Amino acid sequence: MTSLLISGGRVIDPASGRDELADLLVLNGSIAAITPPGSTTPPNTPGIRYINAAGLIVSPGFIDLHVSLREPGHEEDECTASGTAAALAGGFTTIAAQSDTSPVVDSRSAAEFIRLQADRARHCRVVPIGAVTKGHRGEELAEIGQLVLGGAVGFSDAGRPVANSEVMRRALEYTRMFNRPILHLAIVPELAEGGVMHEGVQSTRLGLRGIPAAAQDIMTARDLALAELTGGRIHLMSISTRDSVNRIRLARLQGLKVTADVTPHHLLLTDDVMQSFDPLFKCTPPLRSRDHIDALITGLRDGTITAISSDHQPRALEKKQVELDAAPCGICGLETALSVCVQALILPGHLSWPQLLHLLTAGPADILNLDAGTLQIGRPADLTLIDPNATSLVDATNFRSRSRNTPFHGMTLPAKVRAAIVGGEIRYQTPDTPLPTLT
Amino acid sequence: MELADLAAAGPWGHQHLLELEKLTAAQLTTVLDLADKLNTATSGGRERLNLLKGIVVANLFFENSTRTRTSFSLAARRLGADTVDFSPGSSSLSKGETFIDTAMTIEAMGIDLVVCRHRTPGAPHLLARHLRAGVLNAGDGTHEHPTQGLLDIYTIRRHRGRIAGLTVALVGDIRHSRVARSNIHGLVKLGARVIVCGPSTLVPQEIRQLGVEVAWDLDEILPEVDCVNLLRVQFERQRGAFFPSIAEYATLFGMNAERIRRARPELLVLAPGPINRGVELTPDVADGPHSVILDQVSNGLLIRMACLSLLVRERQLLGAAR
Repeated sequence: MTSLLISGGRVIDPASGRDELADLLVLNGSIAAITPPGSTTPPNTPGIRYINAAGLIVSPGFIDLHVSLREPGHEEDECTASGTAAALAGGFTTIAAQSDTSPVVDSRSAAEFIRLQADRARHCRVVPIGAVTKGHRGEELAEIGQLVLGGAVGFSDAGRPVANSEVMRRALEYTRMFNRPILHLAIVPELAEGGVMHEGVQSTRLGLRGIPAAAQDIMTARDLALAELTGGRIHLMSISTRDSVNRIRLARLQGLKVTADVTPHHLLLTDDVMQSFDPLFKCTPPLRSRDHIDALITGLRDGTITAISSDHQPRALEKKQVELDAAPCGICGLETALSVCVQALILPGHLSWPQLLHLLTAGPADILNLDAGTLQIGRPADLTLIDPNATSLVDATNFRSRSRNTPFHGMTLPAKVRAAIVGGEIRYQTPDTPLPTLT
Repeated sequence: MELADLAAAGPWGHQHLLELEKLTAAQLTTVLDLADKLNTATSGGRERLNLLKGIVVANLFFENSTRTRTSFSLAARRLGADTVDFSPGSSSLSKGETFIDTAMTIEAMGIDLVVCRHRTPGAPHLLARHLRAGVLNAGDGTHEHPTQGLLDIYTIRRHRGRIAGLTVALVGDIRHSRVARSNIHGLVKLGARVIVCGPSTLVPQEIRQLGVEVAWDLDEILPEVDCVNLLRVQFERQRGAFFPSIAEYATLFGMNAERIRRARPELLVLAPGPINRGVELTPDVADGPHSVILDQVSNGLLIRMACLSLLVRERQLLGAAR
C-alpha cells in the first residue's frame, strides 16, 4: 500500500472549513494526519514518497456528477479507460457515469459492467447512474431497485428529459425509498426541438433557430412542483437560466429536496460565440447570454447551486465537422473544467478558492451521498494537487479523452491540475512538470 | 472594361463574401459602383468581357435553386470565367460523405471560387474555414443572402439615385428570411430607414437591435414608405403554424391594388422571388407600374459579376501569380 508525505501545501478542505499551510500524511492509502508544516516526523514507512507541495493547493479529489463515458455502444467517442484517464487529468478522482450508453444503463448488469470496466481501467473511481425509464423512452420506470443493487447512486435519462409529468411523479415517489436523487435535464422538448443556440438577439441576427430560456424555466418549475408533491429528491443538471436559478433558490428556502449544478462552459461562454457557426459551441442547454451567466454566478455565490459538473460529452471529430444543425450537442469538458472555472469565477473575484473547491468536492458528494469529497483522518486519500499560479495553453490534441470537441482549444487558461491521487496512489501527474520531491 | 478598371474600383478587403453584416458602407458602395461600370461595359450584361479569363467558379448548391444558380453561372461566363455546376440537391450526408469532403473534392479539381447555397446557416463559413478557394454565400438557410441584398439595394439606387434617407419596408416572414437580414444590414449601413413588417410570430422583437423598426400593421406604415420589399412566405422553413391561413396572410400583408392606391405615388415594389402570386402580392401589382421585380433579376447579374470580380481581385488570382 502506498504512503505519502505531502508537505508545505495550502490544504483546503471546504467541508471542514480548513484552509491553511499544512503537511498531509497518507499511510497505506488513507489520510493519517494533517499537521502544521514541518512538524511531521516522517515515519519509518518503507516506500513512503515525499512530495514538496510548496506553492500548490492540496484539495480533496474532485467529484463530477455526470460524465458520459460512451461505453458500451459509442466507443468512437470515448471508452471507460480513456474517459477515466481524462477525469484524472482534470483532477477528478470520482465520477458518476451517465446512463446514455447503448444500450442505456437500465438494468443491473449494465450498471455492473460500468463498474467492471472502471475497475479494469484503474484510473478514477466510477459510480454508475441508472436510467429513470426503460430505454430512456420516458414511458415506463426502469428497474430502479435492481439498478441500486448494481451500484447506481442516482437516476437520469441523461440528455432526454422525462417529459411526461406522470412518469416523473412516479419516479420521484419510487426513488424515495432508496434515498437517491433523480438527475434531470429540465428542458421542454417541444420548445427546444430543432434549436441550435440560445434564443435572443444573436439567434435573430444569425438566423439560427433558438431555444428560449423558457424551455428550461418551465420544466424547472414543473420539477419543483413535483418535488413538493412527492417529497422526492430532484437534482437539476446544467442549469443555464436566470429564472431557473431564482425558482430553485425559492424552493430550497421552502425546504424542498432540490439541488442543482452548472457547467464550466455555461459560466464562461456567451451566445456571442455562435457568430462563428462552429458546432464545437453547440451544447444542451445552449450557451446563454450575459444576464443569465450573471444569475448563475449569483446562484453559486449564495448557495443555490451547490455543484459544478463538467457535463463531459465527448464526440468524435467527424461528428462535429458537419453543418451546425446536423452536429450533435456536447462539449468534451473534463480536462478543462478547473481552468475554465478559475477563469470564469476566481479571476473576476466572484468566488474564493475554498468556495470553488466546495463546488467540485463536498457539494457534489452531498448530492450523491458519496463518502468522499472531504479530508478526514482514516478515510481513503483521494486528493487533487493544483498549481493555482500556472497557466496553460489548451491543446486538445494532448487530451486523454478519445474526443477533441472542446471550444477552448488554443486558449490560454489559468491554473493547472498537477496531480490526482486515488487511495493514496498517484494516478496522474502533469507530464511536463513532475511533482517536486523532498530528499 | 480592363483589369486596370477593376483594380481602380473602391475598397473591398474580403477573401470571401459570407454576409453583408461584415461589410462597411464604403465596401457596399464599391460593389454598387462596380455594378454600374459593368452595366456600361457589357451593355446591361448582354456582352461578354474577358476580365476573369482562366478563373474557374464552382456552383455548389446543396439546396435547390434555379434562378440564383443560373444568375451566378451567367455572371461568371459573361466575365470570361469557366463554371462547373455541382448540385447534390440536398446535403450529401445522406450519401455518407460529409459536406466538407464534398467541397474539398470539388476544390481539388482546381477551383478558384465556390458559390455555395445550403439550408444550414453558417455552412459557407464552415467551407471558408476548410477550403483555400474563395467562398461566396448564395444563401445559407435563414441567415443571409448577400448578393440578393445587394441587388435589391442596387435596384433601389438605380431607380432613386440614392439609399440614404429613403424608407424601406420589408414585409413578410422576417424570422426565416435570409433576404431580410442581408437587406437590413446593407440598407441600415447605407443610411436608409428600415421597417420590418409581418405577422408577430414571424417578426422577432429582438430584430430591433439590428437598427430597424418593427410594425405589425402594413396599412399604418404604407403611406410612409418609399420602397416595399415583399418577402416570399417560406412555407418550407416554417416549423409548425406561424399564422392561421394563407388567406388571412394575404388579407393582412398582401400587396394589392387597394393598398397601392393608399401608398406614395412613386412607391417601388420589390420581391425577391419566386413570388407566390395572390399571396404576397396580386398579379396586377406584380405586373404593374410600381413593380421593379424584373429589374431585380437583370440587376442581379451585374451585382454577381461585381462580387465575383472583387473576390478575384482580392485573392490576386489574376496576373503574375498565374
